Amino acid sequence: MLLSVAYVFLLGAFFKTQVLQHQSFANQSEENRLRPIPLPAPRGIIYDRRGEIIAENLPAYAVSVIAPREDSLRATLKTLQPILQLTDNDISQAIRRFRRAPTRPTVVLPDASIDVISVLEEHRIDYPRLIIQSVPKRYYPDGPIVASFVGYTGEISEDELNKPQYAGYKPGQTIGKGGLEKQYESVLHGEEGERYDEVDARGRPVRGVGPHPVREPKGAPALKTNIDLDLQKFVASLWGDSLQGGAIALDPKTGAVLALYSHPSFDPNRFTGGIPADYWKELNTDPRRPLFNKVIQGTYPPGSTWKLATSALGLEAGLVKMDSRMPIACSGGLQYGRRYFRCWEKRGHGSQTLAGAITHSCDVFFYQLGLKIGLSKLVAGGVDLQFKERSGIDLPNEIKPRFPAKELKAYYDRLFGKGNWSNAETLNLAIGQGANSQTVANMAKFYTALATDGSASKPEVVTRNPERTKIMSLTPEQFDGLRKAMAGVTSAGGTAASANIEGLTIAGKTGSAQNTENPDKDHAWFVGFAPAEQPKIVVAVFLEFGKHGYFAARVASKIIGHYLHITPVETIDTGG
Amino acid sequence: MRMRRIVADYPLVLIAIALSIFGVAMVYSAGQTDTPTAVERVYKSQIVWLVFGMLGAYGISRSSVRFIEWLTIPAYVLSVILLALTLVVGKGAGTAASTKSWLAIGSVRIGQPSELAKVTVVLMLAYVLAARREPPKSLLDLWKPALIVLIPWTIIMLQPDLGTGLAFIGIFFGMLYWSGVAWPLLLLLASPVVSLILSFSTGLWGAWFLVLLALVLYYRPYLVEGIVLMVANIATGVIAPILWEKLAPYQQNRLRVFIDPSADPRASGYHVIQSKIAIGSGGFLGKGFTLGTQKRLAFLPEQHTDFIFSVVGEEMGFIGVMVALSLFLALFLRVTRIAERANDSFSSLVAFGLMASWFVHVLVNVGMTLNLMPITGIPLPFFSYGGSFMLASWLAIGILMRISGEGRGKAAFKKV
Repeated sequence: MLLSVAYVFLLGAFFKTQVLQHQSFANQSEENRLRPIPLPAPRGIIYDRRGEIIAENLPAYAVSVIAPREDSLRATLKTLQPILQLTDNDISQAIRRFRRAPTRPTVVLPDASIDVISVLEEHRIDYPRLIIQSVPKRYYPDGPIVASFVGYTGEISEDELNKPQYAGYKPGQTIGKGGLEKQYESVLHGEEGERYDEVDARGRPVRGVGPHPVREPKGAPALKTNIDLDLQKFVASLWGDSLQGGAIALDPKTGAVLALYSHPSFDPNRFTGGIPADYWKELNTDPRRPLFNKVIQGTYPPGSTWKLATSALGLEAGLVKMDSRMPIACSGGLQYGRRYFRCWEKRGHGSQTLAGAITHSCDVFFYQLGLKIGLSKLVAGGVDLQFKERSGIDLPNEIKPRFPAKELKAYYDRLFGKGNWSNAETLNLAIGQGANSQTVANMAKFYTALATDGSASKPEVVTRNPERTKIMSLTPEQFDGLRKAMAGVTSAGGTAASANIEGLTIAGKTGSAQNTENPDKDHAWFVGFAPAEQPKIVVAVFLEFGKHGYFAARVASKIIGHYLHITPVETIDTGG
Repeated sequence: MRMRRIVADYPLVLIAIALSIFGVAMVYSAGQTDTPTAVERVYKSQIVWLVFGMLGAYGISRSSVRFIEWLTIPAYVLSVILLALTLVVGKGAGTAASTKSWLAIGSVRIGQPSELAKVTVVLMLAYVLAARREPPKSLLDLWKPALIVLIPWTIIMLQPDLGTGLAFIGIFFGMLYWSGVAWPLLLLLASPVVSLILSFSTGLWGAWFLVLLALVLYYRPYLVEGIVLMVANIATGVIAPILWEKLAPYQQNRLRVFIDPSADPRASGYHVIQSKIAIGSGGFLGKGFTLGTQKRLAFLPEQHTDFIFSVVGEEMGFIGVMVALSLFLALFLRVTRIAERANDSFSSLVAFGLMASWFVHVLVNVGMTLNLMPITGIPLPFFSYGGSFMLASWLAIGILMRISGEGRGKAAFKKV
């Protein structure tokens, strides 16, 4: 009796486990023995406008360890330490990686040298938990030259994993961390593949490939940019050790970014597979801030380059014509209320027309023009000219420029305190000072409107549909007048006469931005375009502590000259 | 000694051979792992022990039951002495690495005396119980059989070897039952143990105490017995928690994990979980002989000893499990039949006692692989790798062959 009961009871229990619950246990058994090994996908190749490579992938060897537990990982790393020449930092980094993703093979060396690999291959038998994998490694042939816009890649962080935009990402994967790499992550990121390694209870791989089909990684499509790599290289070559700042070159009709460079730069190749600690420290302690993009992340008072905005607003309102003169001639300054507002030229410019005031950058003229326009219209006009908006360039972390709000009373009250500001702000604003800080990219964007029919082109690094917004309505004659006045800037007698290039008319405007920290070291600006008659390129150059605008103008004229000379005649867009 | 032609008990021998072949095949398979270990070769020594066991069985089957009866007392005394020796010079091995159940000369292990004791205790119990004219009617009548089991049991619990201890309790109760002891008396006898188990829950223990009270009133033992029983129950109910503290940590762990295997998935619970995964993933037809991945990749612990039945489940599937369990059921039914047909009480009791011992082994070992029983480190007869147990099992088959051959259908006790 008891025997039969026990027999039926046991058989029943086995039937339940083996037949009824078979699927669940079969899955657990598979999970037990098959360890997925991720196969990283190559990121999309980034090309310039002529098909030159900006970012590509090189084969590299990654050394990873499969470990069931942290202590066994530690033990394995300890034995590998002399062979791989691991530093203690490498080990703690690997352990952090393991904690983030214990089921994935833990990457120890993301990019091992061929020497290390050959030594490891010799001792393959001794280290069964080791995986040596050929993985695509991001490589930027021109390194620091392209870093300002291309950014860099790195391992996804814990914070990033929690963000909705990275849903579906797994720990240990590589993502774009800055620049185009980050902006176009969803495009550049390929589809990771997977193969299954059979492992035993101690996590040691047993056979090469399990019975499961291997899912091949899918590479991402290439990304074509508007960058002119030749121009980019030239722009980057212009900066010596003593200079710092940024430059951007745009196609005025499309907003295509031809070049974007911030100096000093960094080498994004050294960021691939983990930034070496000493390099990271070096970059972060450098007072010239190589990781700070001076084209889109820094805002600076636009100074005299903004006088074109004042001019356009005056012309648009019908308050001035190109040959209008102001009531008070320039004698080196202007008394307004109890304050005396200086002109940069202490000797004075005398009586100037609008065109002459632009060419010579006469502050006194613009003080009076500003007062004529009035503070509220000056602010409202500036807002309509998009000085309160980001340029909208397709790069991450662009900073918002600073400009008064249309509700200017409330704005200035908040800024200075009630009653602590006066109409004198009009004078500051009229010459590009005061509560006005712009990015280099945003100033270039404004000048695309001056270079065309008054439509500002949104800067675009990657080829998309050009996005243009009409921001000023001037007559063709008025545009012509402004351009002629700006051409005077780089001609004999202009503020940047030394930037003149023979056979080419460059229209532009110099500017000096007050440096609040060091009045002797003002920042230098030049924003302009060429050829003045039919602009093909808009360039904005900003030199931190550059003192005088004509230094920036010289850099800009070199960029323009290089671009216009080497552009083959047949590819020149003649417009229409 | 008068020689007599004996008709071999073919069903018994055939079942035992079938189980042994199945068992050796599984020990061979257990050694087939992707990372080779020493287990790869143990099936060879298992075959050697099987041959020894079969020769021994043949030898015993040529002797007589009277000779075995004559040997009983010296054999029992010898096994108790050997058991006692383990406490002094015992060595650990395998699952029971921390226990002292092995006797060894130098580093050569020569066997586990507890395996021998399982047979001699059966013989000794049969000897004592058969000497009585009628089955024990009171607890006081049971002092002799109780003492026979208690001596080796105590030594084994001191080793400590929970699983073998459990087997002795099975033998004891099985043989008392076969000798005709009334079931209420068995229940009363077991009551302190039940109290012990239930002592963890005051409510359950209280309920059990009421049942016990009713049982005492129904069976009406002597007054002294009744009082002693009640006191014993109260004592164990109170002592149990203290005893729990006395258990070695690994024993506590095993009992705790029996209740909830996921409580400790890396240590003791790991064994059970991996065993269930192995069996469950085997499915209806199994993964095929030697092809179990749980076993090959070392996820299955002790795959050649305590958890060999998990290999059966994984590789041979539900079909294999059914075949193995059916063979065991056939063996037990056959041995019960031998016990029924035996010539005298001694033979009958011996037969049933051996069956009871195997039954406890099979129930606990197989149950353990599915987490129906605690992991006690008890081997599976004819399957688990282990020389002593294989030898002892086949010597028992020899004894059963002899009893069967002499049996003329005049069993002393008619039961079942």
